[in-house]
Amino acid sequence: MKVDTGDTTWLLISSALVMLMTPGLALFYGGMVRRKNVLGTIMQSFIALSVITVQWVLYGYSLAFGPDIGGIIGSLDWIGLRGVGLDPHPDYSPTVPHQAFMIFQMMFAVITPALITGAFAERFKFKTYLVFLILWATFVYDPLAHWVWGIGGWIKELGALDFAGGLVVHISSGIAALAATFAVGKRKGYGEEPMPPHNLTMTLLGAALLWFGWFGFNGGSAIASGSVATSAFVVTHISTASAALSWMIAEWLHRGNPTVLGAASGAVAGLVAITPASGFVGPLSAILTGLAAGVLCYSAIHLKTKLGYDDSLDVVGVHGVGGTWGALATGLFASKGINPAGNNGLFFGNPSLLGIQALTVLAAWIYTFVVTLIILKVLDWTMGLRVSEEHEVNGLDLSQHGEVGYSF
Amino acid sequence: MKKIEAIVKPFKLDDVKNALTKIGLQGMTITEVKGFGRQKGHTEVYRGAEYQIDFIPKIKIDLIVSDEMVPQVVEALQRAAKTGKIGDGKIFLSPVEEVIRIRTGERGKDAI
Repeated sequence: MKVDTGDTTWLLISSALVMLMTPGLALFYGGMVRRKNVLGTIMQSFIALSVITVQWVLYGYSLAFGPDIGGIIGSLDWIGLRGVGLDPHPDYSPTVPHQAFMIFQMMFAVITPALITGAFAERFKFKTYLVFLILWATFVYDPLAHWVWGIGGWIKELGALDFAGGLVVHISSGIAALAATFAVGKRKGYGEEPMPPHNLTMTLLGAALLWFGWFGFNGGSAIASGSVATSAFVVTHISTASAALSWMIAEWLHRGNPTVLGAASGAVAGLVAITPASGFVGPLSAILTGLAAGVLCYSAIHLKTKLGYDDSLDVVGVHGVGGTWGALATGLFASKGINPAGNNGLFFGNPSLLGIQALTVLAAWIYTFVVTLIILKVLDWTMGLRVSEEHEVNGLDLSQHGEVGYSF
Repeated sequence: MKKIEAIVKPFKLDDVKNALTKIGLQGMTITEVKGFGRQKGHTEVYRGAEYQIDFIPKIKIDLIVSDEMVPQVVEALQRAAKTGKIGDGKIFLSPVEEVIRIRTGERGKDAI
């Protein structure tokens, strides 16, 4: 196997693009909390870059992509990246050095647990969070990544399509977020005192960086430069634009204002929804996927107020619902005309794909919910999940990090 | 001497300042304040969560004027700050015992 320099270039650039999404997410979330929690919130995303990188190199990559054990998990043969070298891997990256594939996948492993932090924003203990990161990556992310993308993984064998991580990244983080809202509980004063975002300019900048980085997330998932990467790149942009528009309009009709937070949230919903479908669907399908994502996720965020749980930054509503829609949309709109290595969806004459997609979504939901809940319960009994009430009132910045975000 | 405190709508500040300098006032102090009266606040909605914002921004103007100036200052204030809609603000008058200019030590009307 020969290394293709064009493919390698694109994958390395994509890795850097996806890396930028985590600081982008930090800004997206950081702007939505109250000012006393801005650093604590940003830090939860930022430090994932460090913790997960080390975990991934030591054993995470091996669990996710190492030689298959029973379709469930990778073996520890690649521990410490043993044997993960600079030659292409015949299955994962036939034209690109194995290490380029490894670092590209690492960036996905980094951002996924960071996405969950929006659910327990403004109240989670930093020390416990560091342990949560490692446990969640080990017991939820790595197995799921193996099921969907690992050679021999049972979902991959079933023929389900997940181009860039709708299931592995978004459904998993969205459903983990749901479990977290139950385990962690509401913020003090939730529903009684106002908790408006403190800096929406920061949030919009974060959303823009996510949009930018997502070209690598989806485009890079072709693991090659060329037509599939181009198709994924193009539909990613189309879906995002459509969803920003449809969320904004839905909110405008419903509440009277076309809000900036709504447009930014809609863009993220569109990115989430197209993630599994990109690389398999065409431009018009991307418009429909995006338009529906904006309206669905906008409706979903109202559920938490009705049901009374405090998913502070709407991880369930955006990633859980958007990810689920994206997985099902793949079953509707996928076309072999776009990518012969994919499959046809319902609208292209193949209803069975939709069933497979639904089944795997259900499996990911149940597995993620149960295991995340167990991890959090164990941490609650041993370390405690929440900061003290006094620390919560004073804010995470001072209580967890001993500094403040703004001194002007 | 009287102290005149006026609470006005922020966008009327320039009109008020021009009206007051026109009738010969040489100085004023303003503060950005928040409060509410009969003009209620407003609501802000963030991703479906609705917050009632009770305190709305106003400008408070502090003036010290001689007794004979009071009627025309009040008239100018009223004329310049008025929109006719609820929330135009209020004017408060109170007596001032003494005024001292720090630089020269002048007192009373000369120090205004």
